[in-house]
Amino acid sequence: MSDPSTIAEPTAVAPAAPGVPRRRRRGSGGRGLVITGAVMLVVMLLVVALGPLIAPYPAAQTSPESLAGPSAAHWLGTDSIGRDVLSRMIIGGRSTLLITVVAVALALLAGLVLGLLAGYLGGVVDQVIMRVLDVLFAFPAFLLAIAVVAALGPTIPNLILTIAVVYTPRLARVVRGPVLSVKRWDHVEAARSVGVGEFTLVRRHVLPMVISPILVETSLTLSRTIFTVTALSFLGLGPPPPDPNWGGELSSSRQFMELAPMNVIAPAAAIVFATLTFIVLANGLREMLDVTGRR
Amino acid sequence: MAQVDVPDVPEMAGAPAPLLQVRGLTAEFTSRGQQVPAVNGIDFEVRAGESVGFVGESGSGKSVTARCVMRLEPEGSSISVGGSVRFDGRELLTLSEPAMRDVRGKRIAMVFQDPMTSLNPVLTVGAQVDDMLRRHTSLSRAAARRRTVELLDLVGIHEPGRRADDYPHQFSGGMRQRVLIAIAVSCEPDLLIADEPTTALDVTVQAQILRLLVRLREELGMALMLITHDFGVIAGMVDRVYVMYHGDIVESGPVQDILTSPRDAYTRSLIDAVPRLTATGRGR
Amino acid sequence: MSAPARPAGGTEVRTPGPDAAPSEPLLRVRDLRVTFPPRRGHPAITAVDGVSFDIWPGSTLGLVGESGSGKTTTGRAVLQLQPVQAGSVSLLGKELTGMAGRRLREMRRHMQFVLQNPYSSLHPRMTVERILAEPLQVHHTVPAHQVGARVEELLTLVGLDPAVRRRYPHEFSGGQRQRIVIARALAVDPDFVVCDEPVSALDVRIQAQIVDLLMSLQQRLGVSYLFIAHDLAVVRQIADRVAVMFSGQIVELGAAADVYSAPAHPYTRMLLAAVPVPDPVEQRRRLAAVPEVPDFRGRPPDDPCVFGTDHASAGDAAWHEIGPGHGVSCRFWPPGVEPDGTL
Repeated sequence: MSDPSTIAEPTAVAPAAPGVPRRRRRGSGGRGLVITGAVMLVVMLLVVALGPLIAPYPAAQTSPESLAGPSAAHWLGTDSIGRDVLSRMIIGGRSTLLITVVAVALALLAGLVLGLLAGYLGGVVDQVIMRVLDVLFAFPAFLLAIAVVAALGPTIPNLILTIAVVYTPRLARVVRGPVLSVKRWDHVEAARSVGVGEFTLVRRHVLPMVISPILVETSLTLSRTIFTVTALSFLGLGPPPPDPNWGGELSSSRQFMELAPMNVIAPAAAIVFATLTFIVLANGLREMLDVTGRR
Repeated sequence: MAQVDVPDVPEMAGAPAPLLQVRGLTAEFTSRGQQVPAVNGIDFEVRAGESVGFVGESGSGKSVTARCVMRLEPEGSSISVGGSVRFDGRELLTLSEPAMRDVRGKRIAMVFQDPMTSLNPVLTVGAQVDDMLRRHTSLSRAAARRRTVELLDLVGIHEPGRRADDYPHQFSGGMRQRVLIAIAVSCEPDLLIADEPTTALDVTVQAQILRLLVRLREELGMALMLITHDFGVIAGMVDRVYVMYHGDIVESGPVQDILTSPRDAYTRSLIDAVPRLTATGRGR
Repeated sequence: MSAPARPAGGTEVRTPGPDAAPSEPLLRVRDLRVTFPPRRGHPAITAVDGVSFDIWPGSTLGLVGESGSGKTTTGRAVLQLQPVQAGSVSLLGKELTGMAGRRLREMRRHMQFVLQNPYSSLHPRMTVERILAEPLQVHHTVPAHQVGARVEELLTLVGLDPAVRRRYPHEFSGGQRQRIVIARALAVDPDFVVCDEPVSALDVRIQAQIVDLLMSLQQRLGVSYLFIAHDLAVVRQIADRVAVMFSGQIVELGAAADVYSAPAHPYTRMLLAAVPVPDPVEQRRRLAAVPEVPDFRGRPPDDPCVFGTDHASAGDAAWHEIGPGHGVSCRFWPPGVEPDGTL
């Protein structure tokens, strides 16, 4: 075998391989947003997880001071029957976030499976899956949720299931798109020629390359779901009382808006904070991973 | 044997100045806050009607050099160019952009490597030749159209009148390159720069395009600056060669000398590595 | 097909000698046909139209042609990476077409693939070690505790420092990456490797190194290559036999020395005449003599064969032996050109 030439091989700066998502230099914008969103998320999850331990009062405990404004005893005031608003916010977040997270996790799982099947197998499988999902996708998510929950009854499992079903098509579509192109990439074909089985091909060679858009879309879906869950509860289709939840609180406090504005502001702020957390995460991830940077 | 600096062309008393005279050309990219040199202060010249080749591997700086002459900043990176590029007595590097636009196309034209992406897919081929003509000449619309058809015929496109109304995707790769050449020579530039003009083409099409370039040079008397990595292409097309490596010109001279008795070790290693159609001692 | 000009030993012989008696071909391809179905606006295309050839152990068949000739599709079809409409591909005596699932994956151990683009054929998020270990794990060719040692062995085999195995592909240059691709192809000791334009994306000095590497590996390991390329000069370095493809068919097939020095088919002659040579006098002569591309499909289908054979009634293929081991198709001869004429 000949010696490598004593003159160095010209080291062209390796171009981003055609087809490989180009990891852009971490723009401080992206990273900053992700860190912010992550911090917000951790704070929110901690507060909600530790709920009953850190809430100053049990959520259902009434008191004679109704519709009181913020005070030392009740940081956010009380509601119409004297329950502490802050505690109700903390504990109310639990069902909202529980439904959100579980529903989106289910939707993600279903979306991954369906998207991978449709994108990788193509052909008839793809057509069938996408047409069925298209039917679901055609309905405005929120109206569909209302219809299903109204029909099935507003229990927590029903809510989780409904929302999972409503958001699966979008996630499946976001998975399917990149899979369609990645499956044709050279390193996938090379691995196939090595003899790697189809299942391992998908898991090891295709999936890692499509993670970025999935992450972004999942964050966005989480923010949309917060909205859907709180809106459903606002309309009375959420978890039934006595469990507090943000949407329900918002709804029932409206009539006292002028007397005790904090009763309305608190749940609204909580909803906005939660939604914003996921939007910030989503935008940060999109910047950082430069999802659009691949050929 | 010590490296001898052979002058590019014999100095003749009273010889006219070269058409293109480049001295101390440098180009640096700014990438991630660092300066990455691409061209390290090179000198070269092209005389009127002469054909000069630039060979080198990827990263040698030959394409960057061509783009500097045309003052076409490569997209994306920020590049700082220094030195002197004198064309027909004028310094190009300090020329205003509008003045440079007058030079591009009319006095110096360029043909690029990839005919697929160099043509606008939504304009007819005739329209693109037309654009070039109207930009630099005062031809009327009808006269420009006639000239367009003439040009397409000149570069060997059959039924040029009909084909002028076709879109790029209706042409093969070789035909597209002919269109690009038609656009480039439409205003009869003094200097044509061709950057890997045949690399993306099949070998038979390549031969035809090269022959077209030879013929056009003869007919129009243009100078040619040909950039390529292929010594076979260089051998048939140019009188003199500059060999580039990592932003420097390591050797230059008449093409026959460079190919048969290169002095520089790098040049020699390049030429040795070129596979020949006849089997070498390497094996078969 | 006819006997090879350079016979090689059987699969168990590691260094095939030129005088070893011809044995069974390692790979036998007969009447391979690949058709792409019609898509919106485009009719169905027959990319590979009845291709046949043999490859002997330890030898290289070069497959040359321009774009659209079908050479890449042929390579992929042989590897069963592309569905085949008709014909047979038999490796080590076993028929590959129609094989599926686990049986096919097991056969893949004997046939590997080196692709053109060194930048995209390696998984960007896997270390070199994992990339090279993958085929070993799929085929269980070495016990798990010896995988690391084998990886080091492979890296050394292709001229890379074993210490680089923890690195990622993007940390290497194009030539080095191609060495990794070659190492991966050789990991499970295959009998046969399809190399699809393995050096086209590399600079000329690295090209030469990689070609040398492939040739020395062939000497050491006795592996056979189907070397697909458009660069005739590169193919001349490495191929024992050469097949020239045009429009999905092989128009000439023979020992490399014969095909290059005495090309019989007008298309082959045109290709060879068009290759630029680094000799100014010769190259200028070539450029001065470039003719229009003749119409290879211009001869009417009912025109008699240029060699005077009536294939229809004889029922045989449109193929003629013009020398030992050197054959040419009578298809695609431009009108008016006869076997003894030059273009």
